[in-house]
Amino acid sequence: MIRFADHLMIVPIVLPLFAGAMMLALGGERRRDVNAALNVATTFALVAVSISLLQVADAKPTGLAGVYRLGDWPAPFAIVLVVDRLAAVMLLLTSVLALAALIFSLARWHRVGVLFHPLFQFLLMGINGAFLTGDLFNLFVFFEVLLAASYGLVLHGSGLPRVTAGLQYIVINLAASLLFLIGVSLIYGIAGTLNMADLAERIPRLRAEDRGILEAGAGILGIAFLVKAGMWPLCFWLPGTYAAAPPPVASIFAMLTKVGVYIVLRLSLLLFGDSAGASAHFGSEWLLLGGLATVAFGTIGSLAAQDMARLAAFSVLVSSGTVLAAVGMGQVAVIGAALFYLVSSTLGLGAFFLLVELVERGREPGADVLAVTRELYGEENELKDPQEVGIAIPATMGVLGVAFIGCAAIISGLPPLSGFLAKFALLTAALNTAPGAISAPGWAFLLILVLSGLAALIALTRAGIRAFWASPDRAVPRVRLIEIGPVLVLLLLCAIQTVQAGPIMRYMRATAESLHAPQDHIRGVLGATAMRFGPPAGGS
Amino acid sequence: MEVVLALGIGVLTGSGVWLVLRPRTFQVIIGMSLLSYAVNVFIIAMGRVRVGAPPILAARSAGDPAQFADPLPQALVLTAIVISFATTALFLVVLLASRGLTGTDHVDGREPEQ
Repeated sequence: MIRFADHLMIVPIVLPLFAGAMMLALGGERRRDVNAALNVATTFALVAVSISLLQVADAKPTGLAGVYRLGDWPAPFAIVLVVDRLAAVMLLLTSVLALAALIFSLARWHRVGVLFHPLFQFLLMGINGAFLTGDLFNLFVFFEVLLAASYGLVLHGSGLPRVTAGLQYIVINLAASLLFLIGVSLIYGIAGTLNMADLAERIPRLRAEDRGILEAGAGILGIAFLVKAGMWPLCFWLPGTYAAAPPPVASIFAMLTKVGVYIVLRLSLLLFGDSAGASAHFGSEWLLLGGLATVAFGTIGSLAAQDMARLAAFSVLVSSGTVLAAVGMGQVAVIGAALFYLVSSTLGLGAFFLLVELVERGREPGADVLAVTRELYGEENELKDPQEVGIAIPATMGVLGVAFIGCAAIISGLPPLSGFLAKFALLTAALNTAPGAISAPGWAFLLILVLSGLAALIALTRAGIRAFWASPDRAVPRVRLIEIGPVLVLLLLCAIQTVQAGPIMRYMRATAESLHAPQDHIRGVLGATAMRFGPPAGGS
Repeated sequence: MEVVLALGIGVLTGSGVWLVLRPRTFQVIIGMSLLSYAVNVFIIAMGRVRVGAPPILAARSAGDPAQFADPLPQALVLTAIVISFATTALFLVVLLASRGLTGTDHVDGREPEQ
């Protein structure tokens, strides 16, 4: 039977759900302070829960912290939640980033629209559920939960640019969800199961004539995730939406692309790993090519970007393209390094989205939108608000400038912060894939990664000069401690990741190894007692 | 039966894709609805087309899969219908907001220059 501690696995889904529902029950918008307090407490609890899940997962030799059978039905029939090293690290990253974005939003952004706090919790529920689930259809449901919440958050604060960008964001995601359903039902029609571990076991034994339909289904499913991850040429919706979204929301959206990347990584190694028979490594060359193209597109876009929010959005593309290309290369060492890169770049980008708003605050367009929305919701000018929390810190521009340099170093991959270590590890792994000669994908990866780092540096330097040096008549933005604090904490986490690179790299390496040898995972999920009946595969 | 079903899915998908690619938001929302119908029927078809077979066990037929239709795709379709209904309603609200803010029903929020 399940021990009490095992219920920790479902907490990352149930806790935000209850918190969100509680906020609505407690009066929604009329009690915003209560909502905010509940939101902070819940998100903080999520950080604690994910840290303990991560420790449990790391302590197990198989890396599988546990399998939670909802309703205690045997695995292939019931819905399961699976916590392994990868899921645990993604949970932790989500909750840390969410906490930073949330605290930032408390200064002013949560007041520019309605129901920010419940939507935020539902978004976390969807993201956590997508990381935890071991079942394809359940994944669809959690995807819809996170998308529905993200539609609300993109439109948070309303205004013309957000509604226009939000409209296109909703259409593209609805279309992707339909592709998701088509892929899932094709796979079910052929393999007769939706449990990921069960699928992984059945795929090698499929008949040759069924393989085409299975691969078509997997390909369509992959398209749905790659739209979310922003792979070129499915990414044109992303820069506009991310630049138009409110900054705390954009910051947590940096994690949303990683949800797509996570699913691609998980499914491609679990279903189409070395043991998948004739379907082994299905689609990996497309991931590699698409990833490299995404990095190239993001690089060109960030050089062409006129304002910093768009620059940040294009950097998101570079980050997810790099990880996708690494997944396409498929070696253990490359994927370990890619996970390290994923953590570092997501933290850096999250900090950058928050920072951009602070830096651009002195400029007209952002101020315009804020003023309009404040008028709309009847808020008086809150800078004169006597109940102001936090203090206006001195030497604002200095602190902002240092934070900007930190973000730039992480995003472009320069020493001394973790971005450099991540890129260094990626390149070392990519160049050492085969003994002797360096493979062609290795060279392409090296070239694109170095060039994109250089371009990011140029773009960020230019934006920095424009923002900090070349505008003498601008007012110094008034920044509160609870706004700059989260940015600095995220950068500090990157610094810790640099100092503790050894243990973290070991963890990522172990994660990549268990992803490449999914037998323990499959055995753990299906369990020794799992009931089996009927022909194992191939038509029903 | 299969031919009718396949033709139906094909016609719905074709019209849906064409409408989604149109520039007016109302056409897009109708297109999305048609596409979601097509996908729902497709999910049912993936559970194999059976006519007149119940998706739940009848008395004394337990353990014989030949007696009943696959219930799982039907459960999936129920979920998919609920979700697509909700998202369509949400999309409708955004469509109206966009129409109100921009004064046009073009998906880009402005009329293309002639």
